[in-house]
Amino acid sequence: MKEFEIKKYSKEHEWIGVEGNKAYIGITEYAGNSLGEIVYVELPELGSELNAGDVLGVVESVKAASDVYSPISGKVVEINEELSENPEKINEDPENCWIAVLEISDPAQIDELMDEKEYKKYSTEEE
Amino acid sequence: MKTETQTIFEKSRPGKKAYSLPECDVPKTPLSELIPGNFLRDTPPELPEVSEVDAVRHFTELSKWNYGVDSGFYPLGSCTMKYNPKINEEIVRMKGFTQIHPYQSGESVQGCLEVLYKTGEMLAEITGMDKFSLQPAAGAHGELCGLMIMKAWHESRNDTVRKKIIIPDSAHGTNPASAAVAGFDVVEVKSDENGWIDLNSLRETMSSEIAGLMLTNPNTLGLFDGNILEIADIVHEKGGLLYYDGANMNAIMGITRPGDMGFDIVHLNLHKTFSTPHGGGGPGSGPVGVVEKLVPFLPKPVIEYSGKSYYLDYERPLSIGRVKSFYGNFAVVLKAYAYILSMGPEGLRQASETAVLNANYILKKLKNDYLLPYDRVCMHEVVFSAMKQKEYGVTATDIAKRLLDFGYHPPTVYFPLIVKEALMIEPTETESKETLDQFISAMKQIAKEAENDPECLKSAPHNTVVSRLDEARAARKPVLNEMSGTNN
Repeated sequence: MKEFEIKKYSKEHEWIGVEGNKAYIGITEYAGNSLGEIVYVELPELGSELNAGDVLGVVESVKAASDVYSPISGKVVEINEELSENPEKINEDPENCWIAVLEISDPAQIDELMDEKEYKKYSTEEE
Repeated sequence: MKTETQTIFEKSRPGKKAYSLPECDVPKTPLSELIPGNFLRDTPPELPEVSEVDAVRHFTELSKWNYGVDSGFYPLGSCTMKYNPKINEEIVRMKGFTQIHPYQSGESVQGCLEVLYKTGEMLAEITGMDKFSLQPAAGAHGELCGLMIMKAWHESRNDTVRKKIIIPDSAHGTNPASAAVAGFDVVEVKSDENGWIDLNSLRETMSSEIAGLMLTNPNTLGLFDGNILEIADIVHEKGGLLYYDGANMNAIMGITRPGDMGFDIVHLNLHKTFSTPHGGGGPGSGPVGVVEKLVPFLPKPVIEYSGKSYYLDYERPLSIGRVKSFYGNFAVVLKAYAYILSMGPEGLRQASETAVLNANYILKKLKNDYLLPYDRVCMHEVVFSAMKQKEYGVTATDIAKRLLDFGYHPPTVYFPLIVKEALMIEPTETESKETLDQFISAMKQIAKEAENDPECLKSAPHNTVVSRLDEARAARKPVLNEMSGTNN
């Protein structure tokens, strides 16, 4: 289990873990539960430049295919290849299963995201 | 009813045959002299060896496991699984329609061209459009074709910065997919608390970069967006076009028309609204209609009438071109033509009214048993949520699977995406009150079971040929080959 300096959450139910100038991005436990069993993950291309709100990837469950949005802007520097073969890894522990790593281009965007407490409140209200 | 589920390969026994041929009375030539050796296989194909009666029983057995509108109630929301009148089948089998060839000259197939021309005219009248192309072979194909027309129109006006399409969050999944295939980026607008398009959000999003809006009305919540005229103004004022996804046309025939609501392009699903076979029994047909200014961009050839005869018009320089070989799925169009003529204008209106009445009957009868997230009079379909049942650990999937035990095709589940644990029920007009009452009582029993015996639902279905399939494993590790399947 990775310990991040900062961990934040988006309204679209992504988590983002900051380590230096790198941001690990995955989907929250709430998102994992509501999607159901994930059967396919589409990863972003290495090196692609994303703006905050752009589609980072797609997770497909037995219920539906859903876009995963990048909460911040940045360049994709790592992707979790393991998910192509074993998409169920996300279900096992969503909060510790990152999808991609971005090089942070605007640290101020991270401050605007929710912290754990705010997100908990937000996702409970979504229920 | 549990039955054996052997495949025909498992039933195979060496030496069994379903044929018996007389002695050959002409000279024989070895195959290798007729076909070059490198095209011949070294080992014989692994075909099943069965007798004639084995083959007949095998496929008869499989056909009994099939389920369609001819076997029972099929309330699959958004799909309009209405009964397909058998007169349609009689008419497409008439010799004048079956014993022709698509390469025949137009003069020799005047009857067929007349059917295409008149079907187009009738669809134009029903939707308030000016002209139709009957080429697209399915709904999503119609969407792509409509978007290509939209693009061609903007480009013809040297307006080349419109790269985006607005689609509401309640839309059918095909809409964003078609927009992406047509080369557009998709911008989503949210629904408001009524389930309608949020007007403020639409106003903010609409700009000179937007080619148009794709909308289904009534939408996938089964709700008619009462702001449609204002929506059309917002889009038109900024130079965009309005695209009508006709998937839910069954709610409004003879009552209102997309053309009167301000739409510029419409696709219809003949295999939904106009009673032609659906799904595996198709093929489909997704005609596209447009308002006058877009007519020059329709796929070619367009069927025209000279006053004396019907002809195929290829002289259309602005056309987006052909989107289908020959003239579309002709026999499907013909079935829809037969349906429209047998129903007549009053009949079509009555079909829509009854479709809406049936959906509201179910809404009223089940709203105390299942959560109704948008508690309003609905159109042709009603969307419940299984969130009440979820408190007992029962999901929409469990309810759908349990319905199989009662002999029903389940409703659409988990769609629209904006409703949690959605159960989307579209009864259609062709179901009687007795059928609806039986379905309602099954749904009520399931709601009780969710409270008292949730395990019964979680392990459903119990009475089907196979029990619950592992959908996740099937999607993650699909076995795509019969032979590799038996080796595992």
